[in-house]
Amino acid sequence: MMSAVTGVLETLGGRATSAIHRLGFASRFLLLTLRNSGMCFRRFSLVVREIYFAGVLSLIIILVSGLFVGMVLGLQGYDTLVRYGSSSALGVLVALSLVRELGPVVAGLLFASRAGSAITAEIGLMKATEQLAAMEMMAVDPIARVIAPRFWAGVISMPMLAAMFSAMGVFGGYLVGVQLIGVDAGSFWSQMQDSVDFEEDILNGVIKSVVFGIAVTWIAVFEGYDAPPTAEGVSGATTRTVVTSSLAILALDFMLTAFMFRGA
Amino acid sequence: MMKRKALDLWVGVFVAIGLGALLFLALKVGNLASFSSAETYLLKANFDNIGGLKKRAPVKSAGVVVGRVEDIVFDSEAYEATVAFSVEKRYEFPKDTSAKILTAGLLGEQYIGLAAGGDAVKLKSGDKLKITQSAVVLENLISQFLFNKAADGNKDNK
Amino acid sequence: MPTIPATDNLVEVEDVNFAYDRRQILKGVNLSIGRGQVVAIMGLSGCGKTTLLRLIGGALRPTRGEVRIDGKAVAGRSHDELFALRRRMGMLFQFGALFTDMSCYDNVAFQMREHTDLPEALIDDLVLMKLQAVGLRGAHRLMPSELSGGMARRVALARTTALDPMLIMYDEPFAGLDPVSMGVIGQLIRRLNDSLGATSIIVTHDVAEALQLVDYVYFMSDGMIVTQGTPDELRASDKPFVHQFVHGEMDGPMPFHYPADDYARDLRATEA
Repeated sequence: MMSAVTGVLETLGGRATSAIHRLGFASRFLLLTLRNSGMCFRRFSLVVREIYFAGVLSLIIILVSGLFVGMVLGLQGYDTLVRYGSSSALGVLVALSLVRELGPVVAGLLFASRAGSAITAEIGLMKATEQLAAMEMMAVDPIARVIAPRFWAGVISMPMLAAMFSAMGVFGGYLVGVQLIGVDAGSFWSQMQDSVDFEEDILNGVIKSVVFGIAVTWIAVFEGYDAPPTAEGVSGATTRTVVTSSLAILALDFMLTAFMFRGA
Repeated sequence: MMKRKALDLWVGVFVAIGLGALLFLALKVGNLASFSSAETYLLKANFDNIGGLKKRAPVKSAGVVVGRVEDIVFDSEAYEATVAFSVEKRYEFPKDTSAKILTAGLLGEQYIGLAAGGDAVKLKSGDKLKITQSAVVLENLISQFLFNKAADGNKDNK
Repeated sequence: MPTIPATDNLVEVEDVNFAYDRRQILKGVNLSIGRGQVVAIMGLSGCGKTTLLRLIGGALRPTRGEVRIDGKAVAGRSHDELFALRRRMGMLFQFGALFTDMSCYDNVAFQMREHTDLPEALIDDLVLMKLQAVGLRGAHRLMPSELSGGMARRVALARTTALDPMLIMYDEPFAGLDPVSMGVIGQLIRRLNDSLGATSIIVTHDVAEALQLVDYVYFMSDGMIVTQGTPDELRASDKPFVHQFVHGEMDGPMPFHYPADDYARDLRATEA
């Protein structure tokens, strides 16, 4: 009986220490990536190519999701606000929800599942088919040539996608609120402009999306690089990227929100 | 080789849309447009009770936004609240202007309303407004109402 | 002016030990490879041949002993020196390891673009020449996913020899190929080695192909060199281990049966 309990504790302890080991390894990997980023800026075309695969190919899902989220916000928001006679504040509700929270977070989650998993799979596969080893044997550092461009592409794409998500969402809220339900267009926009502050809301949202971009892309490139060179290894790494990125986004969101919006 | 050009084009479009979205948010959604680089000057006013007035609350006169609340501090000597607010330089107010804390709508946010006086001399940067009216506190209103009710009751009984 | 090296050996491996995760993979390996030779390192899977190749290429460091290329130790070199050395070496990985996100042309041009300042027009000529040497100039626009196994391996060979390396290493070049492709690769290995004046090391367990092709053979088992010699010597060898390997015998020093209990007893046990 006792041995069962100690067995469980041992496993827990083992898992915890190996998780910390991994975090340490991942941090060193990030530093290595940053130090080897010189090539990225000298040959920016490498980064451009990766922005296409990470950012441009995520455009459709981000724009469509943003539109739908905005429309739902419009519907639900109106339903609640109209009970207090404040339906003219719909614009404020939609805009603040999107710019402060939903834009960075939901766009981040979508980016993690679409682009993050693709990056992990690609790097994992390159490792499994010895392409990274071949590159190293040809005296080209794979970290500088393969990893770093993908990292910077993710960091650059994320804020763009979050802004697009929020913009589409506001438009979606406008479509539903003003065009469909009949909230006054004037008060929709004017109250929104009065309440949404550039520094406090929009800039904070951008900062959040940059932080999320760094977190998601870091996790994606690391999991790909560290994946066991087998089919199960790569698929496990891809799943881990999506799960870990999502949890990281939500945890970071809480921390950043608590820090940025306290007592507002 | 042609693929590279198509790639660059799409990434350019992507970045353009991204920046456009940011611009849209900043100007149409946020208040960057009304972020007039207009110059402002600072005025002060003391209040017994600021109620729910917050920093960055608007300062209006005749219903038009003419400035913003910049800072609210507690004056530990006079046991009052000192509110510092900025007003756009193009609007000048007489020395006997009064400042009231008003509420937008029934349950809306509070703001400072300036009612211009008649003095020929205008307020300069750093001046303090002499006439102020504090925010209406709901509890005081209710206790006053009850007091009036009780007084009326007494009068009827006499 | 380069100095004439003391020996005629390009690669010298001296008492090299290598352990990984407490497992001893190489236990005191000694070999030397002369310039211009084509040498095979053979043995069963897991005997340490690929590890030895990685040690020679500088991707791994020996836990004891030394690997010398051109008289100078590989492990002691600085980062820049190691990269300079690698530019004069080429390695053909198992199954080719072509970069899947670029065409065959770009794969072969990769090293030229990364390490030289040659104008694109000149690179164009060089790439086509290299592909011509392996017979795939017409396929230069194809992507690696559109090639068969043998073709992919040939393009990888063209990529490996892009900068005319002095040492070419092959990791299982014949694995998974049809007989025709095997013969082609074998002939290309010899042809390229001789025309480039290079030295080649082939790690393989394909006996027939290797013995036809190479000048010298090193035989490994369990992390050590057990036999060495010319192909003729090995074919004539009466050492049981070598004999079994060369002739593909089912039973010998490497037993056919996995260790098990007495057969009769096992059968009787299942009756109950």
